[in-house]
Order: sequence, then C-alpha cells, then structure tokens
Amino acid sequence: MGTVILNSHEILRVLTRIAHEILERNEGAKEIILVGIQTGGVHLAKRIAHFIGKIEGTTPPTGTLDITLYRDDLAARKEYPTLKKTDIPVDMNDKKVVLVDDVLFTGRTIRAAMDSLIDLGRPKEIQLAVLVDRGHRELPIRADYVGKNLPTAFHEKVEVLLEEVGEEDRVLLNRGQKN
Amino acid sequence: MELKRKDILSLSDLDREEIDLILQTADSFKEVSTREIKKVPALRGKTVINLFFEPSTRTRTSFELAGKRLSADVINISSTGSSTVKGESLLDTARNIEAMHSDFIIVRHASSGVPQFLAKSLQSAVINAGDGAHAHPSQGLLDLLTIKEAKGTLEGLKVVIVGDILHGRVAHSDIHGLLKYGADIHLVAPPTLIPIGIELWGVTVHYHLDEALHDADVVILLRLQLERQNTAYFPTLREYAKLYGLDRRRLSLAKEDALVMHPGPINRGVEVTSEVADGLSSVILKQVSNGIAVRMALLFLLSGGKND
Repeated sequence: MGTVILNSHEILRVLTRIAHEILERNEGAKEIILVGIQTGGVHLAKRIAHFIGKIEGTTPPTGTLDITLYRDDLAARKEYPTLKKTDIPVDMNDKKVVLVDDVLFTGRTIRAAMDSLIDLGRPKEIQLAVLVDRGHRELPIRADYVGKNLPTAFHEKVEVLLEEVGEEDRVLLNRGQKN
Repeated sequence: MELKRKDILSLSDLDREEIDLILQTADSFKEVSTREIKKVPALRGKTVINLFFEPSTRTRTSFELAGKRLSADVINISSTGSSTVKGESLLDTARNIEAMHSDFIIVRHASSGVPQFLAKSLQSAVINAGDGAHAHPSQGLLDLLTIKEAKGTLEGLKVVIVGDILHGRVAHSDIHGLLKYGADIHLVAPPTLIPIGIELWGVTVHYHLDEALHDADVVILLRLQLERQNTAYFPTLREYAKLYGLDRRRLSLAKEDALVMHPGPINRGVEVTSEVADGLSSVILKQVSNGIAVRMALLFLLSGGKND
C-alpha cells in the first residue's frame, strides 16, 4: 500500500474542474471529442464527458485509443502489452480532440498517441488532460489540464485505481525500492 | 500474457489460452484495416519473407498485406522464380534468405513437415502457411475468429465439415482448434476421402450429408484438392456435387442461423451452389477479411516473444 494522494471526493472535484476548464477554453463543448488512452484514460474520458454533459446539457462524443502499435520501445520490449481496441466513432477532422490519460510521466505515451491520432485523421487541435502529472518528462510535452501536480522520484510508482475496474476511486504513491 | 514461442506450425501445438490471445489480438487488429490510412508502425524495420512452393493467391496476399499494414518489409518468393528449380536444396534456399536478415519466414510447401524442419534449422520465426495434407494454422485461426464473431462463442457448437478430409490441411487445423473449445464436430465425405481412424480424434463421421446437417450451427465446406488426388477417389465431379454439394434444400436442414464457410477457392456448383455461396448464411468473404487480422496478430505476437 502507498500514500493516498487523491481520494474519491478529490477525484470527483478534480474531474469536475477539468470539465469546466475544457468548456472555458473551448467556449463550449460543440467541437470537442474526448479520447481516452487505453486503459487508464478510457474511464476518465467517459467521466469528464459525463460532467461536461451535466454542465452543458449535451455530452461530447468519446473514443478510445490503444497506442501499443506506436510505442517507441516496441522492438526492445520482452513482453508486449495486450492489444486493446481503438475506437473513435466520429470524424475527427476539424474537431478538437482532448486526449485523456491517467498519469503523465515521460511523455512517450502522449507522443505515440499523437502520432496515432494523426494517422487516423486531422484534428483541428489536440489538447491533453491528465489526472496526475508526476514530472520526469523525456520529451517536450505538457498537459493543458492537470488534475494534480505531484513531484515524485523516478523510481516511485503512481497508481490510479477506479470504480470501473472494481476498486474504490483513489490515487496512490508507492515509494518503492530505491536503487 | 504473451505468445512464448518462436514459430506457428500447427494448431495442435497451441493451448487454448494462446489461441484466445491470438483471437483477441486479431479482433483489435480488424479496426486497422478499416482506417483511411491502413498502416501502423508496429513492425517497422522487420522483414517478412513469403516463401511459397505451391500456388496461392489468398494466403500469400493476406500475409503480404498483414505484414505491410504493420509496416514490415515483405518479399515474395515463389517456387517457379526461385533457385530450387536450379537444383538448390530447401535448406540452402532458406539459409540464404536468413543470411539476408529476415525476421519471419512464411512457408507453404506440398510436403508435410517442411515448416517444422525449417523452424528447427533457422533463427527466424517460421509460420506455416500450409504444408501438404498436414496443417494450415492461420486458416484454422481465422475460421475460429469468424465463427466466434458470428456465434459469440465456440463452445458446444455443432460444426459440420464436408469434403476432402483426407488431403484437407484446413480441416485438420479446424478440427484441432475447435476440439479445444469442445465443439461437436461432424465430418462428411465419401469413405475414400476420410482418413482411417479419425474417429479417435473425438469426431463423428458420416457418409450422408443430409443426416449430418440436422441442427448444425456451422457448415464448413472444403475445396476438393484435385491437384492432390492422383487416383480416383470418387467416380465423377457431378456425382460428388449431387451427393455432397451444399444447396438451399440441404442448408434448410441446418439451424436457421447456420453459417456457411469455405476456405476458397470455391468450385461453384461442386462443393456449394452459387445461391448458397452468395446467400445470407455465407461468411466466406468475412473469412478473407478476418484472415488479414489473424495474420497481423500472428506477426505482431511472434515478434514480441523473442526472449531467449
């Protein structure tokens, strides 16, 4: 067990705030598509869409993106992650895509996600929303919407547990083993 | 979960978890072929060699597209254009190809066991694309995927396989795959085209199509392998068509939502009438589309399993 960084109430508040921020910046939800990165971002994208729906009256479309095939470490990995579904049900051309992920770390996942999105269509804009930004970027990437900025050591692990996968909503920081 | 093996040689070597993983991965890959840009960078820099010693359009094209949609470089070598006609041995041909740093060798050969032999001798991953009358695992897997997609499950289905079981590598792979899911398998053919002792695999053998079709969920028709039948196994094609061809009346004996499958190429009017082959029950073209997804999954999963 690690230290609780966000509990279920805080996650609720943070996601509601992100929903408001997305609406403020984009002047409404008309052109928005929320795309969750498999697997952590998928449930969060749906939740944010739901909150936007409650505020605006119309729920923006959501999609899912699996970035496995676009990873830069695919050739070096000994074990592949299981391939999940990519499903973006609407045309992204001339829409604003908000990528949603649970934890922003090195930025490599986001690089892969952007390459994948651009192969799928030509969004007018790509924005990024994350629940936790833990630092240690290896690429020039930043999030537009951040739930919580969390300074961490590189070897520590941030775990996001959600009701949708049968857990109580919470974000944990595991101190882990120092090398 | 990963595929911990170097090669795919037959479905009898794979356990059910491995087949489940392949089918699940293939299901995710189907989406790639529906994109405007049908390409992902997963196998960038890998080299796939299609080494075909027997004619093939569907399987070779399918492996080629699967490799290309994963961004691998794909080279096709067919027996007529290869140096085997100049007297080079099979192993020398394969070693020369490997010396060019291939990652995958997809092999089809008229003799059973060639893929096993190459797999033992080479570092590259070897995928069997059909060897003699032995096995055709990627076809078996795409048949499983097509059935699972339409029926939701593979368990407990009544599957009738009609035709040349004796030379039918597709039939052998289908049977091995389906048995792992507890399907109820019925084989139908003239006695000359049924291998002796196949009942020991746990299948039921029939010589009359009508009695086998009753309540069937799936009917798999096999191509008559006329090129492998160097003696007369049945009097005439016309008689075969009459006794073992699937037409509308016979199909009505099966369940209303029964699937009709055929690995192709079809001899229309022999194994199946055009009316049935092009009818609503037919998933023959879906098998072809699923073939690409299954082969993408095999290439992808095998390239991840190299940790020895």
